[in-house]
Amino acid sequence: MKQQTLFIGSAIALLLVFVAGMFVYSGQKEKEANQLAEANRAALVRMHAPTLGKADAPVVIVEFIDPACETCSAFYPRVKQLMAAHPDKIRIVLRYAPFHNGSDKVVAILEAARKQDKFWPALEALLATQGSWAPHHTPQAALALKHLDGLGLNMEQMAFDVTAPEIEKLIAQDLEDARVLNVTKTPEFFVNGKPLPSFGFEQLTALVEQELAKAAAR
Amino acid sequence: MKAYDRSADRRWSWVFLAWLVATVSTLGALFLGEVMGYVPCVLCWYQRIAMFPLVLVLAAGLFPFDPRVVRYALPLAVAGLLLAAFHLALVAGWIPESIRPCQQGVPCSDVQITWFGFVTIPLLSLFAFTIIAGLLLATKLKGEK
Repeated sequence: MKQQTLFIGSAIALLLVFVAGMFVYSGQKEKEANQLAEANRAALVRMHAPTLGKADAPVVIVEFIDPACETCSAFYPRVKQLMAAHPDKIRIVLRYAPFHNGSDKVVAILEAARKQDKFWPALEALLATQGSWAPHHTPQAALALKHLDGLGLNMEQMAFDVTAPEIEKLIAQDLEDARVLNVTKTPEFFVNGKPLPSFGFEQLTALVEQELAKAAAR
Repeated sequence: MKAYDRSADRRWSWVFLAWLVATVSTLGALFLGEVMGYVPCVLCWYQRIAMFPLVLVLAAGLFPFDPRVVRYALPLAVAGLLLAAFHLALVAGWIPESIRPCQQGVPCSDVQITWFGFVTIPLLSLFAFTIIAGLLLATKLKGEK
């Protein structure tokens, strides 16, 4: 009997230590992520970053996005819905984190489309058709271009603009900022400078609503 | 009869201690991998394969106490011990580049964590497997007497 008590007691104690460790660790990580974001505010939003929404919106979502990332494309319509649910209250700032090999070429396409004021339609078109130009997680810029046909882009100009050296610089800056902010997965969201406590759309919605309530109280 | 019981009790305690070490190691490995997000390299996976079943095999041998559990658990412990020793030799650079078994993913020669300046994950693994193998061996020898 004593032996069984010892065994069961130890098993329970070890499991409890494990679970407690999990909570302590994730709490600590969350704090660290908050401090990191706090200390690197400048790295969060750059002048060159594409943005949508009213400039003085009380809530700013910064999203690190990879056009070839499946979860990013799954999140995009939901983020748009969230913005539509609170018109003029949310501004989104996109930062590039092209972690997929070849994704930077697709970012270049987006930036070239941006020069023709077609950034958001191009992004939407590419995210919606991602499966056909990025099969098996291998983004192919040539295939991606074909999905922009309906947008009325000047394709000759596009072909010239994608090679612009400032696009390369912009991507390098975004990747550097992602590194500084410890963004290793996409999409990564920051709401008014705060990282999500844990990844998920519910967590994003909750944080946005919390910030909206704060803004309303002001 | 009394003397036999005491010996059985002691052997039970040794197997229990071995189980404790295996369980702490298993939970530790899971914590490092699942909670802290360290990606285990190939050799780490092989050591996990030797360690995780020990938790269940040893527990099954404890109730009711079956000293023959050593027969089934010791090969796992020794295999894990050898793998951990190999891993440490790889990290230390004693094994030449060309016969490294891991090329893709996380290289096994990478040291992801160092505590107190010398404690690394493969060292902990070697430590745990050595204790387990030692306890099981002691249980076996005690039983043969």
